[in-house]
Amino acid sequence: MTALLALDQVGKRFGSTEVLRSVTLELKEHQVMSLIGPSGCGKSTLLRCVNALESIDAGVIRIGGERVSGPGVDLNRLRRDVGIVFQSYNLFPHMTVLDNVTLAPRRVLGVPRAEAEAAAEHLLSRIGLWEKAREYPERLSGGQQQRVAIARALAMGPRLLLLDEITSALDPELVGEVLGIVRELAADGMTMVLATHEMTFARDVSDVVCFLADGTICESGPPGIVLSNPEQQRTQAFLRRILQAQRI
Amino acid sequence: MTVTKAGHGDRPQPAPGPAAQPASPVSSAGLPGREPWPYLALLIPPTGIPAVRKHLAARRAARSGDKFTARALAAEAATWSWYSAALAFIVLLAAFAVLFLTANNHAVIEKFFNPGVLRSSAPEVLRGFLVNVELFVIAEVLVLPWALFVACLRMLPGPAARPIKLLAIGYVDLFRGLPAVVAIYLIAFGFPIAGLPVLGSMTGFELCVLALVLIYGAYVSEVFRAGLQSVHWSQAAASRSLGLSYVQTLRHVIAPQAIRRMIPPLLNDFIGLQKDTALVSFVGLLDAFNQSRIVASNEFNLSAVTGVGIAFVLITIPTARLVDRLTARDARRQGSQA
Repeated sequence: MTALLALDQVGKRFGSTEVLRSVTLELKEHQVMSLIGPSGCGKSTLLRCVNALESIDAGVIRIGGERVSGPGVDLNRLRRDVGIVFQSYNLFPHMTVLDNVTLAPRRVLGVPRAEAEAAAEHLLSRIGLWEKAREYPERLSGGQQQRVAIARALAMGPRLLLLDEITSALDPELVGEVLGIVRELAADGMTMVLATHEMTFARDVSDVVCFLADGTICESGPPGIVLSNPEQQRTQAFLRRILQAQRI
Repeated sequence: MTVTKAGHGDRPQPAPGPAAQPASPVSSAGLPGREPWPYLALLIPPTGIPAVRKHLAARRAARSGDKFTARALAAEAATWSWYSAALAFIVLLAAFAVLFLTANNHAVIEKFFNPGVLRSSAPEVLRGFLVNVELFVIAEVLVLPWALFVACLRMLPGPAARPIKLLAIGYVDLFRGLPAVVAIYLIAFGFPIAGLPVLGSMTGFELCVLALVLIYGAYVSEVFRAGLQSVHWSQAAASRSLGLSYVQTLRHVIAPQAIRRMIPPLLNDFIGLQKDTALVSFVGLLDAFNQSRIVASNEFNLSAVTGVGIAFVLITIPTARLVDRLTARDARRQGSQA
């Protein structure tokens, strides 16, 4: 079986700063990968490159074996298959929750309104927010907004879901409700790549953990090894710092 | 400013002081049988009395050692003193206004607000004003699509669009810098003189509309551009990440959020446009201002021009209030989001 997502020697620079350096990784279908690493190590950029919100300067990205980087690729087609959820939710403030979720299926896939809303009802019920369907995002808590953002991404039926530090902007007591949904998605076999600082969660949910430092993959492997018994000194140092921070 | 001190306790006679002063010199200037001053002075005491009474009560309380009550009463006395001061100031201004209008044996009223001239010139002036209204209504309708077009040109992505963008920037710079009266003069006089194919055979009215659209198109295109760019880029990222195209993103996500923020500055530009329609009198169009100037030179009296001024002010006030309300609403909304 070919990998659903494959990055080969991917490089990215902003001006003179190299943000990603020959990143190579593979992810099979139904697998979950966690990207961990210090702030500014390139986790978010990597995710944004995968669904082409940023262009890459070197290497190749393949999804389902098909090359999706480089000039002439139909980005709108690619993005139907790859959903992303952002740290700051980015819901559309001028639309109700329901419209947020149905916008893309209706406008991009041409699904009739009734059908799109039925699908949205299913999704919103699943995340326990169907009763908020007619509300505007600003009336929702951060955790609720982030759950809607996940539903919005799922509404397009993506093959791959990217989660970019989706709990970093949340109050601690709201983190659980969002992670609970991600855990369910993982159990259902959703292929996901998540950038996260929640080490315990990463250990529970992922099949692969990648430790990024200075724009390159320093160490990767099963969570049991990378998070408990890392080989690289930098990984050890990073995990030690995280552990200390959480003790305080 | 003796007034404000009443609350602190050294001068218990606030308002009547400054209000009374203008009265004496004016009445001595002499307008027998028509003196409004005594009546205006009557406005002061109602607020001055509580100020003095609260002040005295505050002193009593202070002497009896009740600090808390004294402080409260002194604060009330200060409030009433401020009312008195404000009222006195208004009376002072009103007195000067009356003085100005009645000076030189009512010359100002006679030359600016002559009811007879106002009435007799009203039909012509109002007919002229219809020209102004037609001008700005047509120009406003045409400005919107034109400015949107220019704004879109300026926001075209990619290096291939660079020359077009430069052209749009050049247009905006030119017509924002050019004085409106010069632009109207050049277009409405210049095009017919130059005998240009289509443009030369347009009527004066049409050329004036063209000039106004070109001038205000430059301003309004900037309003559109600023509005579209004020929507945070993360909104576009979210929309594109869902598979919506550039145009779909603009139409469903960016524009609806931007329009709300564009409306107040847009209406401000429309107020400017409405006023600037008076400039077409310089190229011979018989608008309200031109009509009133004819009346003014015939009658040696400016009342018709004043009438035009009043008409312009009246027609812009609703728009101005609407801008205020929309701005306040936006401020509230941003506050609730923060």
